[in-house]
Order: sequence, then C-alpha cells, then structure tokens
Amino acid sequence: MDLTRTYDVLIVGGGNAALCAAITARRAGASVLLLEGAPKDFRGGNSRHTRNLRCMHDHPADVLTDSYSESEYWEDLLKVTGGETNEQLARMTIRHSAHCREWMVRHGVRFQPSLGGTLHLSRTNAFFLGGGKFLVNAYYRTAEKLGVDIEYNSEVVELKIKDNTFTSAVFARKGFTHEVHAKTLIAAAGGFQSNIAWLKEAWGEAANNFIIRGTPYDKGNILRFLMDQGVKSVGDPTQCHAVAIDARAPNFDGGIVTRVDCVSLGIVVNRHALRFYDEGEDFWPKRYAIWGRLVAGQPDQIGYSIIDAKAMGTFMPPVFPPIEATSLKELAAKLNLDPDTLSQTVAKFNAAIKPGNFNHNVLDDCSTAGLTPPKSHWARPLDTPPFYAYPLRPGITFTYLGVKVNERAQIIMQDDKPSHNMFAAGEIMAGNILGKGYLAGFGMTIGTIFGRIAGEEAVKHVNA
Amino acid sequence: MSTLESIPRELVLEGERVMRLCNACRYCEGFCAVFPAMERRINFTEKDLNYLANLCHNCTECYYACQFAPPQVFELNFPKTLAEIRLETYRKYAWPGAFAALFRRNGLATGVVSVAGLFVILAIMLAGRTPRALLAAHSDAEGAFYAVMSHQAMVATFATVALLICGVFAIGFARFWRDTGVSNAQPLVASDLLQAISDTLGLKHLDGTDNGCAYPDELPSNTRRVFHHLTFYGFGLCLAATAVGTVFHYGLGWEGPPPIPDFARGGAGVVRSLPLLLGSLGGIGLLLGPAGLLWLKSRRNSLLVDPRQNGMDAGFLVSLMLTSLSGFLLTVFRETPALSALVVVHLGVVLGLFVTMPYGKFVHGIYRFGALLRNAKEQRTMQKLGAE
Repeated sequence: MDLTRTYDVLIVGGGNAALCAAITARRAGASVLLLEGAPKDFRGGNSRHTRNLRCMHDHPADVLTDSYSESEYWEDLLKVTGGETNEQLARMTIRHSAHCREWMVRHGVRFQPSLGGTLHLSRTNAFFLGGGKFLVNAYYRTAEKLGVDIEYNSEVVELKIKDNTFTSAVFARKGFTHEVHAKTLIAAAGGFQSNIAWLKEAWGEAANNFIIRGTPYDKGNILRFLMDQGVKSVGDPTQCHAVAIDARAPNFDGGIVTRVDCVSLGIVVNRHALRFYDEGEDFWPKRYAIWGRLVAGQPDQIGYSIIDAKAMGTFMPPVFPPIEATSLKELAAKLNLDPDTLSQTVAKFNAAIKPGNFNHNVLDDCSTAGLTPPKSHWARPLDTPPFYAYPLRPGITFTYLGVKVNERAQIIMQDDKPSHNMFAAGEIMAGNILGKGYLAGFGMTIGTIFGRIAGEEAVKHVNA
Repeated sequence: MSTLESIPRELVLEGERVMRLCNACRYCEGFCAVFPAMERRINFTEKDLNYLANLCHNCTECYYACQFAPPQVFELNFPKTLAEIRLETYRKYAWPGAFAALFRRNGLATGVVSVAGLFVILAIMLAGRTPRALLAAHSDAEGAFYAVMSHQAMVATFATVALLICGVFAIGFARFWRDTGVSNAQPLVASDLLQAISDTLGLKHLDGTDNGCAYPDELPSNTRRVFHHLTFYGFGLCLAATAVGTVFHYGLGWEGPPPIPDFARGGAGVVRSLPLLLGSLGGIGLLLGPAGLLWLKSRRNSLLVDPRQNGMDAGFLVSLMLTSLSGFLLTVFRETPALSALVVVHLGVVLGLFVTMPYGKFVHGIYRFGALLRNAKEQRTMQKLGAE
C-alpha cells in the first residue's frame, strides 16, 4: 500500500462483491486498494458463510440440472419480494447470472453438484466446492497475484465526499488513522446486521436476544456515512432477514450449522409452553424465511421445537445435541417450562390430529381439526419417547436497507442524480433488488454481478 | 478375539463434536470421501470415528475452506482431530498389543531396532563365515555378497521376518475391519475391491480440487501426491526386484548378484539384470520420495500438525532412504573390501525397517486401504442421511 499516491479505485469491504470488483478493475489496468475491516482470519464478510449462487440457465449446465428460465427466476423473485424490487436491475442481474460461472472459475472458484440434503436446490443453485470461504480464499489469491493492494484490519472511519464526488477515505488500523486518496470509490461493505444498537432502533430491547448468523464486522458504518452525506437509500430500514436457529449458537458467526429444521416434524412452543403458529404451513424455503420473525415476536424471543423419536434422523442433523427426556414432564423441567401446560398443549395437539398418510415430501393430509393455531400438514402425535427439544432464537442473516444504485452500479444521490465516481456492490445495495423476503443464493448472484459492473464502471470513469 | 482397548475418551468426544458440526454444514462434501461417508451417519461412535479418521488422507483442504476453523469460536480443526484419532487407532489395532507402545516413541524405536538389526545381521554373517573372509574383497564371480553371507541364511532370515509381519498386518487389518464394521451385514463384492485398489494406487483423494490439495500450506499443490507416488512405487519396485530375483534364482537358476545390464548384447543380458534395474529405479524413488515428503513436512502449517507423530513419520521416511542409499552403495562397492560392512549396514537397515513396519507409519497404508474398501462398499449400499 502506498498512501502517497492516488489510487484509481478504492474498494471498501472484503467479501465476494468487493473481490469481484477488485479483480475486474485490476484486470482492466487500474491501481486498486482494497480495505478489509476484519483481520485476515475473518476476511470475506458474510461470503465466508455462503455456499451457492442462483443461476439462470436454459439447459442442464455443468452442476445444474434441468433449466431455470429468466421468467421463472423473475417470478420467484417477485413472489418473495412481493414487488419490493426493481425490475430493470433484477432482470439484468438474472441475465448476467447465466454466464458468470465461467468468469468465477477463471478466477479460482470451483463448483460442485448440490450438497447432501439440498436436492431441492440442484436445479436453481450452483454450489461452491468447499463453500464460500473457499471462494473467498480463491479470489484473494487471484487478487494478490494480479497486484491488488489488500489491507486487513482496516476500518474506514470517514468518507470525504464533496459535490457528490468522493475524494478520500480515512481508515483506522492498529490504533492509527491514515488517509487514502482515490479517483473512485466502490462501497462493498455489507449491511448493518451486526450492529445491535442499530437493530434496536427498529426492534427495541428484543434485539438483545437476536443472534447474528454471520460476520460481526458488518456494522453498517459505510452505509451510514453515505446516507449522512446525501446518498439516497432503498429498502425498509426496520427489516432484516431472520431465521429460527438454535438458541445455543454463539452471538455472531455461527453460520449455517446453527439452523434447526425439525419445526415441521413436531410442535413449537413459547416460554409459556403454548403453541403460537402453524408448524406445518409450508415447505422449507417459506418456513425458513418466517420462523425467525415468529420467534422474535414471542416473549423473551425464545421458542422450543419439540419432536419425538419418530422424527429423529429424518432432517438435517443440527449441530447442538437435542435436549432429551423420556417423558414430557421431564422435558418441560429441563426446558424450564411449566410441565402441566406442556402436557396439556401436547395432549390437545395429539387429540386434534385427523388420520392421514404422513409424507414429508409433499403437503400431506396429516392435519389438525379444531385446533388454534392449526397444524396444516405433517401432524403426527407426539407420543413416542424419547422426546427431544431444540431451543430457538431469531438468527439474523442480513438487513435490507441499502444505498440506491443504477444499472451501472453508480450510487444515486438524494437529488436522484448518480454520483459519477461512487459505486456500490453486494449487500450494501442488494435491497434495490431484494427489498423483502429471501431467495437462496441470490445475494451472491447480486454481489458477483454488481461487483463486476462496479469494477468495470469505475475503470471507465478513471479512463474517461 | 479379545476386546480392544478404546481410544481416549476426550478424543472421542472431540471427534463427535467435530463430526456433528461438519455434518450440519457439509460444505466440504466435494473434497474427498470422508464427508460423504460422514453424511451416511447421524451419530458418531468411536467405531465411526476410527473408520473416518483412516479414510482421511490429511490433505487439509477442508481446514482452509472451513468457516469454523480457529480462531473462529467453534475451533474446528477437522484434519488435526482425525490425525490424532488415527494415531490412536494404530495403537488400538496393533498386534501384539504389548508392542503398541512403540507408537509412542516410534522415532526412537526405529533407530534402536535398526541398530539391533545391524548386530543381528553381523551375528548371522559371523556364524557362517570366518572373520578373514568377511574382510576380503570378493568379485561377482565369487558370488560377491553371497561370499560373506550365504543365500540360504539371507532367505531364511528375511522370509521369516516377512511372513511374521504379513501375519501381523493381517491381524491388524482384521481388527480394523471388525471394529469399524457397522455395515458388515452386507457382503463385499469384487467391484468394491477394485475401487479400493484403484483409489489406493492412484491416491484419488489426494487430488483435492483440480490443482491438488492444500499441502504443505494453503496453496493448492500436487507435490505431496507426486512424492508419495515416488515413495510408494519406489517401495513397490524394490519389492518387485526381490521377487524377480527370487524367481530367477529358484526358477531359472540365475544366481545373483544381477549383472550390470549389457545393452549391446540385447535381450538376454538386459533380462538377467532386471532385478538390478527394478531395484535401482525403486531406489531412486525411495530417495526422492521420502526426501520430498520430509521437506514438505518441515514446511507444514504447525496448526495442523500432531507433533506426537513427527518421530514416527520421520523414522519411517529416513529408514526408507537409508535402505535405498545403503543398497546403492552395496551395488557399487560390492567388489571391494567394504563389502561386508555394506552388507551389514544394508541388511541391518532393511531388517530394522521390516521389524518396525507394523508399529510405525507404514500401517497407515493398511488401514487406509481398509477404510477405502469400507467406503467403496458403503457407497454401493448406504444412503446419505438427513434432508431439509
């Protein structure tokens, strides 16, 4: 790193989008400095925890089965976002997703067929061999080889912007601050989901019981600096994507292993030992997206997924061992729930189940009658000891609030005009396209496409 | 068969913890056979761990790709945990059990046994020849090394040792197979065996990604596979040289030592020197391969090394190199008065190598093959467990 020079491109952030931008800009001949706030061991932001990206394809292609057309992809997006998207940017991203794998492989990424337990994604999502950290490692190696200057532990504390034009950034490292000048800025520093104080603005004290599934380094500082200096924002500032995860997970960085997916195979009760939502409403993708929010709405933000011996071994094995008991009373005692209430809840549930043919692969006819809330599918009596429980808490994956961008990844200012030398890529702008809901692997698609566009456009600006 | 002593409890607990984490993640599934084998299980008993640990080739690719590797809070060190378990399985399956303690101080044991080997060979030589004969030079025409140690004595010594260690290996293999046999109800079929042999001979699971594995550091590299092949096939060629020499001796009456190949004379001259050619090629492999593996070991990421195995690894590799080096010296200087000394050194080192083989690094091959065989069978007969 040479702080006396003016870099062509300054990239703030060190995940997938930042790296795609850095590699693209450097390959186009620009001098590039990448500032990663995390130490080297934790580089890569939330990309470390990812495992695939969603790709459009018209025919079976390398690791992808069947086909996934632009229109189906767009329909899926429309469904999960309920229209909170930008069709022009979304369709551009979808179209680019058909070809980006080749670029990724050229820069060190490897793909593999969908993982055990994820067959439902084999058509739409290309899995990274070794997961997101392998991808991040490969990109860092490529970027280093190409001559991108990379600095770790470097947290940007100030962005200097004048007349909608970026001039320099101040960053802190090892207790000292440094100023670096650059002709262009690419903001690729993620969302603000690890900033509990910020989450509290929307969720109040409940946010104290939220578990952040990914990097602890996404504090949203860059997002805040940009918004404070006249950049237009998109997305609901109060919303975040939350899934139900094991309450024993670490406060940050527990990643994929903390998820618990036996909700549909039993019942879920709150701390009063009462059910509060239809556990058999829908399949995994939808279930996945709503249960974090449901648990967040319960007292003390905690729930307990309870199953019996029949269900054991029929779902992805969670990382923490279940709390096990030979009777419901014993289980209640272990969970600190009222034993009588739990027994009543289970008895009422068991009594309400109509006869049916259990099949976890379809929306089967095993449902309850006259029960509130009902269980619409996969309802089987909890009657076979041992009984097992997994405590659940809301696990926050990402936030939706971001900076507004155009199709050239240029950041849009309050006056709706694009900044000519500030660009954004990745989670910090994903809210333009995914304003609500969740679509597996789409975040990595947005990061990859917009990272590359930002890199290209930044170099175009430098050369203009 | 008596019950085998379990591996240390804390290691089993750590192994279970590691497997539970990995099985809930599965991102590394594409790297090697260990992860798909893990996905065929929900719970991990000691038996499962002992099998999976021996299926692991320690390429360490998964460590660098692991989002939970230290300093992350889960402190997941998959390859090192399996390496530690592997060492315990070597002890567990060793026969006779009293010798299993050798795995603790294997480097030292290899050294001591090799020196003892020298004395044994010297004693055998002195029993059959006068000291005067031992100190003289002998031309090939006089039988060279057979002039200082009779062919019969040599065959008797090494055939006995070879048979013994083969028996010891067979017992170890049987113990491993029985102990890890959660799926033994299903019979093995020929294709399982063929697949295991092919996986072994090609070191299939050391390919990592298409550019090799993460050894000795994070950068993908094929060097370990190359050096291992040199070692493995070098050893194989040396065994082949011995086998061909034996056939020549007893079948064709062509007594050793094999002549320097005379290419001018064509076919017959070259064929007679086949043991020499095979041995020389193998010997080159046994110099380059172990040297390369030692060099790679010295450059490994210390976070991934189980230091208790350094002596065992180095002891075996150095023994192989000394075997080769002394073999070459013997070939070159066999018609000089140094003959006896070189025979003592070479045969002593070989004897030491053979005797320590069942209680040192060599056994990794026995159990690795067993694990690959079990893996081949499981791939055919078992499903992955868990779904979303």
